[in-house]
Amino acid sequence: MTRLNLDPNIKNADGFYARLLAAHEGLSKADSDSLNARLILILANHIGDLATLEEAISIAER
Amino acid sequence: MNEIFKKPLYPYRRSTDQDGIYQAHHPVVIIGAGPVGLCAAIDLAQRGIKILVIDENDKVSFGSRAICFAKRTLEICDRLGISDKLIAKGVQWNLGKVFFDDRQVYEFNLLSEDAHRQPAFINLQQYYLEVYLVERILELQNAGAKIDIRGETSLSEINQTSKSVQLGLDTPDGLYEITADWVIACDGANSPTRAMLGLDFAGRVFEDNFLIADVRMEADFPTERWFWFDPPFNKGKSALLHKQPDGVWRIDLQLGWNIDKKEEKKPKNVIPRLKAMLGEDVNFELEWVSIYTFECRRMEDFLHGRIIFAGDSAHQVSPFGARGANSGIQDVDNLCWKLAEVVCKRAPASLLQTYNIERVLGADENILNSTRSTEFITPKSGISRLFRDAVLELAENQTFARPLVNSGRLSLPIQYGVNRTFGPDNLDGPKVASPGSPCPDAIIAPETFLLESLSQGFTLLNINQVPKVHIIECGSTLTHLNVKASPDENTFLLKRYLGDQKMAIYLIRPDQHIAARWAKFDETAIRNSIRTSLGYNG
Repeated sequence: MTRLNLDPNIKNADGFYARLLAAHEGLSKADSDSLNARLILILANHIGDLATLEEAISIAER
Repeated sequence: MNEIFKKPLYPYRRSTDQDGIYQAHHPVVIIGAGPVGLCAAIDLAQRGIKILVIDENDKVSFGSRAICFAKRTLEICDRLGISDKLIAKGVQWNLGKVFFDDRQVYEFNLLSEDAHRQPAFINLQQYYLEVYLVERILELQNAGAKIDIRGETSLSEINQTSKSVQLGLDTPDGLYEITADWVIACDGANSPTRAMLGLDFAGRVFEDNFLIADVRMEADFPTERWFWFDPPFNKGKSALLHKQPDGVWRIDLQLGWNIDKKEEKKPKNVIPRLKAMLGEDVNFELEWVSIYTFECRRMEDFLHGRIIFAGDSAHQVSPFGARGANSGIQDVDNLCWKLAEVVCKRAPASLLQTYNIERVLGADENILNSTRSTEFITPKSGISRLFRDAVLELAENQTFARPLVNSGRLSLPIQYGVNRTFGPDNLDGPKVASPGSPCPDAIIAPETFLLESLSQGFTLLNINQVPKVHIIECGSTLTHLNVKASPDENTFLLKRYLGDQKMAIYLIRPDQHIAARWAKFDETAIRNSIRTSLGYNG
């Protein structure tokens, strides 16, 4: 089983953050929500492993 | 009011230029005696250039203004002969704490690097820097340097031809005119020079206002940078607390966009805000209050014929990250040796184009970082605030979220990389010392640091080899600095300059940036790199 990586793992954290906000630029609340939903599903598929996803969900719930 | 604000430093005196039959001519005129203009005057005078500085005022700037000076700035100030004074007076700090609502979510430590002569940061009011710079100018004048600072002298007109610049100067005794070969405009964000030439200054304004207050108080807050997102005393906004010398504290409070600036500046409105933050029972005295809007913008080109822009006149950033004065002093560092080479006819005027290219890159990096910090601190949309708050919520317990917390990315010098003036990189050595980087400091002998051992001109740093060839290229004499590095001797020099290589040759520019490097001494290659650095191969 892969463990969820909770160490800093994005090389250019500021660059990623700016890109994420740029994707939302000019979107309505509904469009932003739906972009986020698609993004979560895409990233979840990349992770694949259900136990890892379970761990991520429970951290987000806290 | 603090006495320092009242004392004329360079009072107006009638100059012989005002009474001559012919217009006086100056090789270099600097407009503006703030930190950038004064640093430029010293740097050029130390290189033997005659300098005239004019300023509409004759005193230090009012209020603390720029307060954080980064290591690279201190290294440059060491070259200019004032860093010991700055460090003796300044407050050294390295711990930064970030709070969200009523709890701490993150802290960072900017530890000074081992074997560096200068600390990571000091806090010091800009007026002290200005006083020390003027004292240094007096010292240089007494030693014979030709620096003339004319107070209460403002620019009334400026025009240029391909041969010279004509300046109209306004004084208490009326107008007079002079000519110059070169003009450096260091006259700040609202640069009159830029306005008179009708030049652009494009960018973006952030729709928010910040209250900046200097407060004198005896308080037991530690010497740390404290930053609050959404604190109970300034709901939905941000706040910053930072210590300066003399028991003065800098406080920044975000106020929002739709406010009455004049009202907010009144002590009867400022004091309750500060009490809410500091506590009802803390006694303090207001020293300076200012309200401002953040802007990130720059000129398209910093070089316009014979008129060169440096510091805030060329580029402006929001203050989180301390990238204003620090980048202006880096402009000076980059420009002055080049201008001195051009004035002394050892380099073509086209060398100044590399100032424009390099410092535009520097400004863009500063604007990028400062824009990102401003977006994080003052999110401009609901979704931006949502992500920002999610990052802060997670950062308290999750280390992965902490690099995303952005309360200002503190000023670091730009790495230019190999381009048309830097290179070649013919050493499989550490990246930190690759061409285009400022030299990382290191100890090279007992109590001797590398940066303080570099010459004012080009230096050839020879590690574990001793070339015996004397090189003069295009009139510039190359100074050899021979050093040894091994696992038991000068280990930081080894780590930063050799890596797993046995020996190396570094060509270092007068601004302490690495021009090129090789594994072995090669006279032809070195001469060629000096010519490239001087703008001959462009």
